[in-house]
Amino acid sequence: MLADKDRIFTNLYGQHDFGLKGAKSRGDWDGTKDILAKGREWIINEVKTSGLRGRGGAGFSTGVKWSFMPKEVGARPHFLVVNADEGEPGTCKDREILRHDPHKLVEGCLIAGFAVQAHAAYIYVRGEFFREAEHLQAAIDQAREAGLIGKNACGSGWDFEVYVHRGMGAYVCGEESALIESLEGKKGQPRLKPPFPAGVGLYGCPTTVNNVESIAVVATILRRGATWFSSFGRPNNTGTKLFCISGHVNKPCNVEESMSIPLRELIEKHAGGVRGGWDNLLGIIPGGSSVPVLTKDVCDNVLMDFDALREVRSGLGTAAVIVMDKSTDIVKAIARLSYFYKHESCGQCTPCREGTGWMWRMMERMVSGEAEIEEIDMLDEVTRQVEGHTICALGDAAAWPIQGLIRNFRPEMERRILARRQARL
Amino acid sequence: MPKLTIDGQEIEVPANTTVLQAAEMLGIEIPRFCYHERLSIAGNCRMCLVEVEKAPKPVASCAMPVGEGMVVRTSTPNVLKARRGVMELILINHPLDCPICDQGGECDLQDQAVAFGRDHGRYAEKKHAVRRKNFGPLIKAEMTRCIHCTRCIRFTTEVAGVPDLGGIGRGEHMEIDTYVDKAIGTELSGCLIDLCPVGALTSAPYAFRARPWELKKTETIDALDAVGSHIRADSKGGEVLRVMPRNNDDINEEWLGDKSRFAIDGLMRQRLDRPYIRENGKLREATWDEALSLVAAKLKNTDAKAMAAIVGDLADCESVAALKDLMTDLKVSNLDCRQDFAQIDPSCRAGYLFNPGIAGIDAADALLIIGSNPRREAPVINARIRKRSLRGGFPVGVIGPKMDLTYKTEQLGESAALLEAIASGAHPFAAKLKAAKNPMLILGMGALSRHDGAAILASARKLAETCGVVKEGWNGFSVLHTAAARAGALDLGFVPAQGGRDVKGILEGAEKGDIQLVYLLGADEIDMSRLGKAFVIYQGHHGDAGAHRADVILPGAAYTEKNATYVNTEGRVQHTRLAVFPPGQAREDWKIVRAVAGAIGIHMPYDNLSQMRARLCDMNSVFARADLRQPATWGAFGSAGAVADEPLKTAIANYYMTDPIGRASPTMAVCVETFLSGAEPRTGTHG
Repeated sequence: MLADKDRIFTNLYGQHDFGLKGAKSRGDWDGTKDILAKGREWIINEVKTSGLRGRGGAGFSTGVKWSFMPKEVGARPHFLVVNADEGEPGTCKDREILRHDPHKLVEGCLIAGFAVQAHAAYIYVRGEFFREAEHLQAAIDQAREAGLIGKNACGSGWDFEVYVHRGMGAYVCGEESALIESLEGKKGQPRLKPPFPAGVGLYGCPTTVNNVESIAVVATILRRGATWFSSFGRPNNTGTKLFCISGHVNKPCNVEESMSIPLRELIEKHAGGVRGGWDNLLGIIPGGSSVPVLTKDVCDNVLMDFDALREVRSGLGTAAVIVMDKSTDIVKAIARLSYFYKHESCGQCTPCREGTGWMWRMMERMVSGEAEIEEIDMLDEVTRQVEGHTICALGDAAAWPIQGLIRNFRPEMERRILARRQARL
Repeated sequence: MPKLTIDGQEIEVPANTTVLQAAEMLGIEIPRFCYHERLSIAGNCRMCLVEVEKAPKPVASCAMPVGEGMVVRTSTPNVLKARRGVMELILINHPLDCPICDQGGECDLQDQAVAFGRDHGRYAEKKHAVRRKNFGPLIKAEMTRCIHCTRCIRFTTEVAGVPDLGGIGRGEHMEIDTYVDKAIGTELSGCLIDLCPVGALTSAPYAFRARPWELKKTETIDALDAVGSHIRADSKGGEVLRVMPRNNDDINEEWLGDKSRFAIDGLMRQRLDRPYIRENGKLREATWDEALSLVAAKLKNTDAKAMAAIVGDLADCESVAALKDLMTDLKVSNLDCRQDFAQIDPSCRAGYLFNPGIAGIDAADALLIIGSNPRREAPVINARIRKRSLRGGFPVGVIGPKMDLTYKTEQLGESAALLEAIASGAHPFAAKLKAAKNPMLILGMGALSRHDGAAILASARKLAETCGVVKEGWNGFSVLHTAAARAGALDLGFVPAQGGRDVKGILEGAEKGDIQLVYLLGADEIDMSRLGKAFVIYQGHHGDAGAHRADVILPGAAYTEKNATYVNTEGRVQHTRLAVFPPGQAREDWKIVRAVAGAIGIHMPYDNLSQMRARLCDMNSVFARADLRQPATWGAFGSAGAVADEPLKTAIANYYMTDPIGRASPTMAVCVETFLSGAEPRTGTHG
């Protein structure tokens, strides 16, 4: 279990002041100037060595991402964009950061912005996060007033501005290129890649897009050292991580833990265990709605990190652990997720636009059992027709939960179909 | 130049080529719906998926730039499976109404469904339908058929330059819409019909008229503006049912103005299908013999000085040449082809042509538009200017009324006096022209048809010379004609002979009674009330202004009904081909003139089309080479004089009705009502 002294988010639960005074008392903005003075090479290297992987879901190395930015600023300015459009069902970690520890994010923006040679950061906040955006704006204003950002930020000689942009509630705007489109005032639809944002991003300029949590931890990593951060978790899956535990647990919570903590330990230590005991567990979605569900036997031993969960054909995603006990109608639960993806598909590319609706409608029939056994295979095939054929990952995200359901709970699906057929006879 | 391997074949292509383009160079066809060479890349249909070595998943080849050493496979089982999957998904919400869909038989989706579709549908859920939409009188929108390739959106925003079309809604509820239920306000809207790969956007006037396999397709040239767009006239049963653009990168690319595309229903209305003679103030039907002998008698018995001939805007070169021969024989010197009074100097060919060529716009880097609205006078050329403008580094100055040309312009003012100011270098725009490598100047008929047109022409020439518009290796002096017949008639010298009167003189003479006979070859745009008591012979194809005033009507053929020659505004000689025969007793125009000559007893030295064309070449050697733009030599033209300090106007107020065909077309009438009268139905945002 992570010791309190090793926690990065020491105001995760909001017992303390979120403002500048409180943040400083928790160590934020301490020696930021010195960090910047060590130069961008050092910062990027340190983040690389820390092994920090993007906390938004894909788990790409943050340091490596920063190093993709052009080495010299050309005719086009560089931008840092922070993705605070946290919409993945089950996920509520960025919300807590914005609400209770916004200065961590603002300081991280300055450091990351400096590292990628950006003079401006845009934070795209999910529209529903109204109070959170207010807290963030207040933190930015306090920091600007204190000279921590703005002209000659922290006395480092680097000019840096942070702007808050509020989204309008589209899940797909959390996809980095759709987020950029939306930020530019266009319809939030993902762009084709290549070109990647590091080459052609916001307003056609080199842009780095990072998740809130990735940015918010940067300052602490640099203050405490990459080796400190990488001492948690397994190699290639290092650091601490915010886990959002929801569903059928006794105490749903957000908690910062070390990576690679066993799933069972995470739930039993922090969330008060599964409702009705571990044996009452049906399945767990370990990383937000987009990743396949795990069965209990897998949950018994699996570690919560990128590689371990990939090995069991799921993913860490945003580390939003959705626990379902045996009272859950698992087919209905996944059908609800299918409805979500059908509703949130942007409609740009064919497989997702047409496929999400088809999958949801079939899932609805699977719930009531008004289907044929063979249609389960057909449903699986349709998910594979969508998966990997779309512009962005929303198609994959819509396909995976259903694939996980079929892989792990096929007997339940068949049982319903047969029961329905029997009832008809 | 990256080298890559596609299906085992190696190819070296320029950087920035996409995989799909590279495959096309090798002759490997990759299916696609959303990709279009002339539009930006959307990559949304996902039909063009291919396998790229080392890529974890299939890649959309239309959007993937080639890379050194890339290994691409376009027909592996995985690729085919992916395409079949995408095809099935496209089809699940596509209605099965091919038998009643106008796109049937020429539908990309049909064709590709044959290649990649299943033999049965697996989609057991409810299909989705879209409420009927109003896209205006020209486009029939059946959006339930839409596959959301967004070609139409990209065309209207990128090429046509109007923000009228976009996608609303999300996911499966995404719809292509005009937002506020209005007609698409561009003169190029018909191109959406060609671009739509399915039957979502089809031609409204052509709806349910024919199936593509029933049509006879004739490749010909458009004559409703001076661009000379390459078109294909599709006909059935003696009627041209639709006109579509053909690709020609030098002229119209693959676009076509709405007038050229949709005015054709005017070809079946108000037609002159037999000769008429006016008796006791009323026109009566007559035989060709009666009409010809009456015309011959009048031509023989009228004094040459009291006769005049005016060529209209749709006349072909053959008939103009024949008429000129006839008039020369009769010693008539009062000839003109400029019924709008444009004071074009016919002595120097470079002085009345679009010298850089339409494709030359791509090479230009500054433009001055004088008294012209290219959007109305030649929408295709306007789209070309817009395309150049989007590339940037292209200042466009406008002298003339304020107008929306769909690209960024600098309004220099309205007065023609600005020409002098720029020519002398006093005006700041002169510096922009001088700084440019290939500056251009577009001179419209609005400027030239003014009372001081000749002086404007001279001062435009001076401007061109002083500002570097004309220099070694570049001639950016461009006259934008509005009439298809104009450049050809000027090439044939259908202008006042020694001591002859021009149109203005002819009308004045007719009013005074000095001109007693006027031969109108399709001339309908002059003020007929000014013809006084003159005996009017009207040769043409439509019962328009000229026919109403005529004393004798000789029924001719429209541009789709004859093998004829036209010269476009660039000076490019092009031939139309007969798509359908002229109606009733109407005849090809040069043959009518020849018959008139024969009735007088003059023998014309041409009996068939090839002899007629040989005569054209005798009259001007440019006619010897068809389809090629022949550069004209720069010289002195225009006449010195004061340019009046008055605002310049543009030539066309009503784009849809510039000629007898447009005026006879019900479709054009609806367009005028929709787009110009301001009577469009209220939109959803009007309370």
